[in-house]
Amino acid sequence: MYDRIREKLSILADAAKYDVSCSSSGGNRKNDNKGIGDSSASGICHTYTEDGRCVSLLKILLTNHCVYDCAFCVSRKSNDVKRAAFTVDEVVELTMSFYRRNYIEGLFLSSGIFKNADFTMERLVRIAKRLRLEERFNGYIHLKTIPGASQELLTEAGLYADRMSINLEMPTEMGLKLLAPEKSHDDVKMPLGFIKDTIAKFKDEKKTGLIKSIPKFVPAGQSTQMVIGATPETDMEIMYSADEYYKNFSLKRVYYSGYIPISHDSRMPVIGSQPPLLRENRLYQTDWLMRFYGFNVKELLNTNNPHLDTDIDPKLSWALRNLEQFPVDINTADYHMILRVPGIGVNSAQKIVQARKFGKLRSDQLKKIGISYNRAKHFIRCADSPIILNEPDAPHLKSIILTESSSKYLKVPQNQLSLF
Amino acid sequence: MTTYIFNGSFEGLLTAIFEFYDRKEKAVELVWDKLYQPSILDEALEIVNDEFKAKRVWDGLKKKLSPEWRTRFYKAYLSEDPQTFQDLLDFARYIFDNPAGAEANFGNPHVIAISKMDKKVNREKHRMKAFIRFQQTGDNIYYCPVDPDFNVLPLIASFFKNRYTDQRWIIYDLKRKYGLFYDLKSVQEITYEFISEIDIKKVILPIELTDPKEELASILWKDYFNSTNIPARKNMKLHIQHVPKRYWKYLNEKQ
Repeated sequence: MYDRIREKLSILADAAKYDVSCSSSGGNRKNDNKGIGDSSASGICHTYTEDGRCVSLLKILLTNHCVYDCAFCVSRKSNDVKRAAFTVDEVVELTMSFYRRNYIEGLFLSSGIFKNADFTMERLVRIAKRLRLEERFNGYIHLKTIPGASQELLTEAGLYADRMSINLEMPTEMGLKLLAPEKSHDDVKMPLGFIKDTIAKFKDEKKTGLIKSIPKFVPAGQSTQMVIGATPETDMEIMYSADEYYKNFSLKRVYYSGYIPISHDSRMPVIGSQPPLLRENRLYQTDWLMRFYGFNVKELLNTNNPHLDTDIDPKLSWALRNLEQFPVDINTADYHMILRVPGIGVNSAQKIVQARKFGKLRSDQLKKIGISYNRAKHFIRCADSPIILNEPDAPHLKSIILTESSSKYLKVPQNQLSLF
Repeated sequence: MTTYIFNGSFEGLLTAIFEFYDRKEKAVELVWDKLYQPSILDEALEIVNDEFKAKRVWDGLKKKLSPEWRTRFYKAYLSEDPQTFQDLLDFARYIFDNPAGAEANFGNPHVIAISKMDKKVNREKHRMKAFIRFQQTGDNIYYCPVDPDFNVLPLIASFFKNRYTDQRWIIYDLKRKYGLFYDLKSVQEITYEFISEIDIKKVILPIELTDPKEELASILWKDYFNSTNIPARKNMKLHIQHVPKRYWKYLNEKQ
C-alpha cells in the first residue's frame, strides 16, 4: 500500500538531485508562534549521501513533467523517463513527517514547468503558504523561482520562503543558447533583480521604523547554479560570470555542478565519461577566495591564466605567480596579507593577529594555532625562522611543495617544468 | 607536586581551583577520583565539593572572561576528558594570574588546549543536532537513544525545545544513563526507570511500540536517502568522514 507514494518520491527526488544546493544556512525564522521549527543560522547537514554531499533539506520536484527540452536536463520533454507529480497535500505531509523526526531542516521545492510559469509558481507558493500558515512551520523553505512568473506570485513566494534561487544553467549566454535555445540569461536576470530589489525595499522599510513588524522577505537571500563541463567555457569565463552575479544581484551563493552525462546528445560529453569533480573543486576554492579571502577574481584568473591549475589549489597558484609579495612576516604583516598565505585559513589568521599582541610568535606556536605549517613555511617569517640565502624560484618551490604534500587528486606528483 | 582528587563534577573542579589559591600551591595535578591510583611519593588532597568556594571561582572567572569564553570553559569541561580537567585548572590559573584579555593569547598552550577541546565538544554537539532520529511511539512521544562521545545533552536541550515545541520528545544518553524529556512545557532530566517499557539496548523500537505512521516515514526517508545519491560521484571516503561509522547504528538510513 506504500508503493504509490514510494515510487513518486523516488522519481521526484532523483530528478531534483542535480540541483546541488542543499544549504539551510542564513535562515533566522524563530519559533514564536508555538508551532514547529526554529531555523539554525549555521545550517545543519542531517546526513551525507554516498557521494559525500550534505543532505539538509527534502529536495524534490513537484513534478518532472516539463514543457522545455533543455539538452542538459534529465527531465527534458523528449527524454523517455517515468513522470510523476505530487499533490500539495503529499508534499506538506512528507515535509512535516520528516521534520518532526529531525531528518531534515526543511523543504527545497523545485519543479518542471507544466502548462506555464504562473501555473507552476502558483503551486509552489501554495505549498509554502500551507506549511507556514496551517502547519505553523518555521523550518527552512527554499523555493525555485520560475522564470516568467508574475511579480505578484514572486512577492507572495518571498514572504514564505527563506531562500529563492534560479539557475543560470550554463555559465555564459552562448553556452545556454547551444543547449537550450528557448532560454536566455535575461529570463533569469529579471526575476533575480526583482527579488533583490524587493529584499532591499523590505530592509529599508524596517530601517525607517515606521511600521512595527515588517514581515520577513527571502531572509536567506538568493542563489544560483551553473553546470560545468557540458559546454566549452574556460574557468575564467565561469568565474567572471559568477563574480558578476554576486555583485549585481547580491547572491548568497553560486553553485558549480560538474556535468554528469545523462544524454546521448552529440553536443555534450558522452554517457559514462567522468564528471569533472576536480575542476568543480577548484572552482569552489576560487569562489571561497573571492568571498572570504579578499581576492579579486582578476588576480586569480585572467587572460594570461584563463584556467585554474589542476595540480595545485588556486591560492598556492596565485602565491607562486606573485612570489615578490612573500615572505610575509607573521608578527608584523597586515591581517589581509596573512590571509593570502597558502596554508593559513580565516580562523588561524584571526588567532595569529590576536596572539601576536602578547609577544612574537614562533613556529611551534603557529603549528599549535593550527596553520598548515609545511605549506606556509615557504611563504612566512616568524620569530625563529632561519635565514635562507638562496630562495627557490616558483617552479622549484612548486615541485618542493608537491613532493612534500599528498594531494587527494594526484597519486603521482607532476613535477614537469612550466612552459613559461 | 600535590595531587588533587576530585569527583568529576563542575563544582568539584571549581572548588579545586579555589583550594589551589587558598593553599598557595605551586603546582597541582588534578585527578578524577575514578582514575586515581595512590602513589607513595605524592601528597594527595581529596577535594570536597563546596558550593560557596565554587561560586567564588565562577564569579571570578565571570569578571575576567567574556560570556563566550565562559561557555567555552564549561563546554571543555563537558568533554569528561582527564587531561582537559588539568587543562581547565591551568587555564583558570593563567587567567587569574594575568591582566584581563589574556584569553586572546593563542600562543599560550592552555588557551590553545581549551580552545581545541571546545571545538571538539562543539562538533559533537552539532552532530547530535544532525544525527538524532526521532521515532514516534504509540503514545505519541518522539524518542531517540544516543551515546555521544562527550556529555553534550545539556548543550542541545534548548535547541530541541525551541524547535519541537508542539510535540513531546525524549533524547536518552545510553552511555551516561540519563535523558531529556520535553512534556510540552519544559525539559526535565529523566533516568532509565522512567521509560522502562523501552528496551534501551535496541536502537530501533519494536513496531508494536510505535505509531502506525512510523514505519512508512522511516521507509520513505531511506528511499529519499538512496534516490538523492548520484552514483557517478560516489566518494565513500568523504561520506565516512562526514558520517563516521560509530554513528551509523543510530541512523535509520544506514540500516
